[in-house]
This record gives sequence, structure tokens and C-alpha cells, in this order.
Amino acid sequence: MTVQLHYTPAQQAFRAEVRAWMEANVPREKLDTLEGAAGFAQHVAWERQLAGGRWGMVTWPEEYGGRGCTLVEWLIFEEEYYRAGAPLRANQNGIFLLGPTLMEFGTPEQKARYLPPMAAGEEMWAQAWSEPQAGSDMAAIRATATREGDDYVLRGHKIWSSRGTYADWAFGIFRTDPASDKHKGLSFILVPLRHPGVRVRGIPQLHGQTGFAEIFFEEARVPVANRLGGEGQGWNIAMATAGFERGLMLRSPARFQATARRLGELYRQNADRADGTVRAAVAKAWLQAEAYALNTYATATRLMAGGHIGAEASLNKIFWSELDLAMHAAAMSLLGARAELLPHAPAAAGVGDWLEGWIFAQSGPIYAGTNEIQRNIIAERVLGMPR
Amino acid sequence: MDFTFTEEQRMMATAVRELLDDVAAPAVLRAAAGAPELNEGPAAGGDDPQRWARLVELGLPGMLAPEVVGGLGLQDIDFVLVAEEVGRAALPENLVEHAGIAVPLLAACSAPRAQAWLTRAAAGEVRLAVGHPLNATVLGAAASDALLLFQGDEVHLVERAAATLQRQASVDRLRSLATVTWTPAAATLLAGGAEGAALRELAFARGAVVNAAQALGLAERMVRIAVDYASTRQQFGKPIGSYQALKHHMADVQVQLEYARPVVYAAAARLAEFAAGVSSGAGTAGATAATAPALLARLNAVVSGAKLMAMEAADLAGRKGLQLHGAMGYSWEVDLHFYVKRAWALAGSWGDRAWHQRRLESLVLDGVVTDDLAVLHHEHG
Ligand SMILES: Cc1cc2nc3c(=O)[nH]c(=O)nc-3n(C[C@H](O)[C@H](O)[C@H](O)COP(=O)(O)OP(=O)(O)OC[C@H]3O[C@@H](n4cnc5c(N)ncnc54)[C@H](O)[C@@H]3O)c2cc1C
Repeated sequence: MTVQLHYTPAQQAFRAEVRAWMEANVPREKLDTLEGAAGFAQHVAWERQLAGGRWGMVTWPEEYGGRGCTLVEWLIFEEEYYRAGAPLRANQNGIFLLGPTLMEFGTPEQKARYLPPMAAGEEMWAQAWSEPQAGSDMAAIRATATREGDDYVLRGHKIWSSRGTYADWAFGIFRTDPASDKHKGLSFILVPLRHPGVRVRGIPQLHGQTGFAEIFFEEARVPVANRLGGEGQGWNIAMATAGFERGLMLRSPARFQATARRLGELYRQNADRADGTVRAAVAKAWLQAEAYALNTYATATRLMAGGHIGAEASLNKIFWSELDLAMHAAAMSLLGARAELLPHAPAAAGVGDWLEGWIFAQSGPIYAGTNEIQRNIIAERVLGMPR
Repeated sequence: MDFTFTEEQRMMATAVRELLDDVAAPAVLRAAAGAPELNEGPAAGGDDPQRWARLVELGLPGMLAPEVVGGLGLQDIDFVLVAEEVGRAALPENLVEHAGIAVPLLAACSAPRAQAWLTRAAAGEVRLAVGHPLNATVLGAAASDALLLFQGDEVHLVERAAATLQRQASVDRLRSLATVTWTPAAATLLAGGAEGAALRELAFARGAVVNAAQALGLAERMVRIAVDYASTRQQFGKPIGSYQALKHHMADVQVQLEYARPVVYAAAARLAEFAAGVSSGAGTAGATAATAPALLARLNAVVSGAKLMAMEAADLAGRKGLQLHGAMGYSWEVDLHFYVKRAWALAGSWGDRAWHQRRLESLVLDGVVTDDLAVLHHEHG
């Protein structure tokens, strides 16, 4: 073998199968925003429809509702998914982040309990790591889990949990050793959100939708069996989850290639008003989306050959978040005087949903670990610069 | 679908790196560049026949020549890692032009005269330089035995004695440059018409890709030099590399570099396939395949993309590397400047930034459907 960029007949057949299903099933009308209650419910219904076609999470083993696909097939799936204009994934925190983590660190019982309903779209997951005093400095976590018999009693305050308002479950890290500090003494625990002692309060985002939430744990009791991995192993497991998040799964290249394609169309529609700067930006968007796809295929084939994702996941996070911003900035300048209009404004015909994307793009360099933190990681752990 | 290099490809790259760490070590380059206060470098641009002989021992000149003429019968995708090593070392000799452009051009050319030169060029007995109209000068012309030159759709092979060279001094003293005055003649003609045009397109694409690959190696080298310096130089009682401003400079370079890399490798893989299509068609049929607009557009998009992204990485590595060194970076004393200058020089070669940017823009925005340009193209209904 060598670098060769062709799909096998089996991969092409798989692509055709995904395409046919998507063409027949993707909702014709754009769903309401995933960040609002009504839209979230529509997206959950779509998750279930996907699962009905066994497309919930194609890389998982069949016993958990997957198809045992390779990562390259997953990329093909994603390409067809975004090509068809399918909705965003309501359960992305579950399927892309917790799922792979469970696969690696979960007991057989935990996998059997949590993975099938996740793939089926029956249980929606939120991530509960950040706290008011623990953002970039995540090891400053204060929320505690105190062992009482076969239970943990949870106390503390989590915040910025994406779609926490609508989710059924959350995974988080809690301090199980009260004498510990920093990365030690933390444990990774799964908590039902509609549960005694758990109070969820939505937080409106920049666009006004209640897209994230704070979660108060007021002596919420969960079984010790809800702990993923060993007691005190929470940090390492969370870092593995973060690796999936930044490195591969959370933002598949197809999503950005689809945006780059739409940006090209927007450019052609507005070419008469565009200047050389925008023109250059649109071409660059295409190139960078391709580069991101190529880089992801490189990572996928490396993982398939037995490799691992290390600190270089941070390179990805920076690249896709800045690419997303740049693409939407180009779109905003192409829309010019109409860029500010909300999609339902009468004069907004044809502006599409660029504004929504532009707003969301602002958060890319912040969530999943800010880009400043990613740069620290690259400098120290990829390049070996002194701490 | 695979993005991994084979063990053999990696071993070849390692062998080249080890050789160049020795014969093109920074101290060697420094000695070749001459005294700082000289107005320009040595007439030969540091070109060294003994070092060339070592490259020949590894079989590098004939990597892309068929085995029947004594070459290694390899492809552009095999050569790309070698070109990267050449960049990392800022090698003075024009190995990538000779082995990466001229030899495969001769191998794909139907003229008997091309075949005669091919055998000797593959063995490294003769040296070739390549002059493309987009380049202001020809690298390695003075040390060459013959030059491959283009005129419209025609490709000519002109013996050096038949051409008039005028030496041109470069900021990179380790590049031997000349402008070439020559007269096209029936005797110098290798190919014309569709075949000539196809060979010219391929030569240009190869030039852009091997230069992009060198830029990757250069960027990596410059990052390494800067990181090492920042780990030892102390200010305010700490290594300067512990300051976040400098960390972020280097992280930015690393992002550029690691996203340019797969584009360069993909360009080399596509180039290898395209070239195989041309040579399997041999002559006119091959030329038809080569000029098939969709195929060529797709190749050109990734080639221009590779050149743009890799040069941007090398440029940023140079700029940030200099900054990280403080005044030391502006002195002749550190080795960094040899690599910085090579990156400056390559930026304008085989299509400068503006040229590739314009081509990319017109392909992506004015031309064929963007989907058809996708590097990982797949049929769709
Ligand atoms: C849309 C969105 C969704 C989110 N979803 C979730 C979720 O589902 N679950 C969850 O747990 N969290 C979530 N977060 C929270 C996110 O992980 C944090 O916002 C992020 O880690 C930064 O923490 P912070 O907001 O407290 O900012 P701070 O840590 O206070 O940072 C503020 C600024 O200071 C900079 N800074 C901080 N420390 C350093 C340093 N050492 N060096 C250089 N600069 C530094 C940061 O880069 C940033 O620019 C989400 C955030 C957003 C915006």
C-alpha cells in the first residue's frame, strides 16, 4: 500500500446505500434550531428515524445498534449526510464523545446499558464538565461525589452544558477524593438529569435560544455503578473524551465542505458585488475545507492502522474553528447590507441561514477547550516547548 | 483509501535525511555560502560534485526513471518525501528539478533523443536543469549538461554549450541561478503539439509539488531550530520558550504546516496517477487524457492548493522563527537564515503566490462545478 486516494467498490456501494436512504428520508423542510425546545424535539425525532435505518452510529458494533463500519466508511457516511442537507445531530455529545469513551473504558454492563439507547436516539446526552470557577482550568473542578454505601451523593454546580436543558442524561467529572486537588481525585460519572436533587436551568445564548444550561447538584444520589472507569481516573478518561472531541469525531470535514460549497454558490450569486478580498477568501475556504478533509482521512487511516490520537488533536480544533469563522465572515461580507437580517425578515429573501452560522461560529474557538489553551497544548506537548 | 506511506518509502526518506544531515549539514552550508560580507555567494552556488556523487549512490537521480533504463521505477508519491528532505536540508544542488521533473519528463517522451539522455540522467552521469517560462531564472543551469526548455507547446533539450548563461545572484547564496539565452531548433526539439503541451503541464505540476514538499521540510526545520533556541535562551530568569506569546507563534506555524502536509501528499498522489495516465497512453492518446479538462482541472486545483498552503507554512515558520530569535535571528551567526532564504526563494518559483491563487480562484469560482474538483473525488448521481 501507499498513499492512494480511491474508494473501494465496497466503499462506493456503501456510499450509494447511504445516499439512497438520505434522499428518501432527509426532511425536506429545514428543522427549527437545535438550540430551542421545539427544534430539539424535531431533531430527536430525526435521530430516531436515523436509528430506524440503523444509521445512528455506523462505526459501532451491531450489538449496540451500529454497523461495525470503519472510520473511512464513517467519513463517507458523513459526506453523504451533509450532502443531503440532513439536520445536525441532537445527540452529538452522546454518540461522538461519550460513546467512544464508553467503548474504551466502560464495563460490558455499562456498554450494554447505555450504548443501544444512545444509538437509538432514546436517551439524549449532555456534557457537564465546566463549572463557574473551572473553565479553561478544568482541573479546578469543585463539584463533589461523596461515597455513601453503593451510591455517590453529588453536590455542586456545572455550567455551559450544551442542550442540557433538553437532555436526559449528563456525563461529568466530580471530585471523589475531597482531599485531592487538580487532576487527581476526580471521577467520571453518568447522571440522569430528570432526577431528585438535580436542577437544570437554561441559559440563553447569543442568539437568544436556551442552547446551554447550568446544572445544580443538590445531594443527588446515583449508584456507584454509574462511574465510568476507576475512582480517581476521571481526568484521564475526560482527556480521552476531549481527544475524540477535538481530534476526529465532533466536527467531521463534510460539514465544512458543505459550507464551503454553499459559500461558493453564494459567491456566484453575488459575484458582481464581490471584491478581490472576498474572492480570495471564498477560494481559500474551499482549499482549507479540502485540507481539513485530507487531514481527517489521514488521521482515520492512521487510527485504522493501529495509531492513536495524541496532543495533535489540538491542531484540528484550531483549524476547523477558525475555518468556520472565516467562511461565515466571507458569507457575511457577500451578503453585505442584508447580512444583519433575520431569516424571517421580509427583506431577507435569499439570505439563507448564514447569520445563524455566523453567530454559532463565534463559539467555535471557545468550546471544546479555547484555542488559546489548544495553542498551549501544541507548543508544550507537540513541540516540546518549556512549561 | 489510504493515507499512510509504506515502510520502504519511509526508509528511503530516512536514508536521504541521514545522508543530508552529513553532506549538507548547516556547517557545510555555512562554509559554502562564504564570508558574510561578500556581496554574493560562490559562483557555483555551493554546488558540489562530490555531494552530487553521494546522491547518485543512493539512486536518487533515477528514482522516477523506469527500471529498464536503470532507474528505480518509482512514482511522484515516492519522491515527495525525498523532496521534503531536500527542503529540510536546503540542499544546494537542483536534485528535485533533475530527478523530480526532468527525468520523468524524458521517461514519458517518445523522442529517441529523450531516451538516450534519460539513461544517463537516471544514472546521474549527466545533470539536467529545467527552465520554465514562469520562472525568472534556471536553477542549476551552470552545473548542468543540458537544459530542458519550453517554447509554446514545444519541449526542447538544449546542451549547455549551445546556450548562453548569465549568472544571477540570489539572496539564497546556495542557489546557482542563471538566465538562459537559446535558439529553438529542429535538433533541440523533443516534443511538440499535444504531447509537448502534456509534458509541459506535467513538468509544471511537478515543479509546484516538489517545491511545496521542500517547503514542508523547510518549515519543519525552522520550527525545530526556533523551538531549540527558545528552550535554552533565558530572559527574566526563564527560558523564553515558556512565554506564551512565543508558544502561540509556534503553534500557529504548526497548524499551517500540518494542514499543508496532507494537501501536498494528495497532490503528489494525484500527480502520480495523472502521469501514469499520460504515459500509459504513450504519445497522442496519452496527451488526450492529459488535456482532458476535468482531470487536469482537478489536478491543478490540488497542486495550486499544495503550493499555496506549503509556502504559507514555510513563510510563517521563517517569520516567526526570526522573531523568536530576537537580534540573533537577524544575524548571520545562526543557521536559521539559510532556511529562511530558501523559503523566500521557493515562494516565487514554479508559480508564485499570486499565480497559484489566481488559478485556484478561477478553478473554484469560475470554472467547473466545485464538487468535481474535490481532491477525494467520488462519482455521484
Ligand atoms: C457554545 C458553547 C458550548 C459549550 N458546551 C459545553 C458543554 O456542553 N459542556 C461543558 O462542560 N462546557 C461547555 N462549554 C464551556 C467551554 O468548555 C468553556 O467555555 C471553555 O472551556 C472556556 O472556559 P470559560 O468559558 O470559563 O473561559 P475562561 O477559562 O475564563 O477563559 C476566558 C479567556 O481567557 C483565556 N484563558 C484562560 N486561561 C488561559 C491560559 N492558561 N492561557 C491563555 N489564555 C487563557 C481563554 O482562552 C479565554 O479567551 C461550552 C461553551 C460554549 C461557548
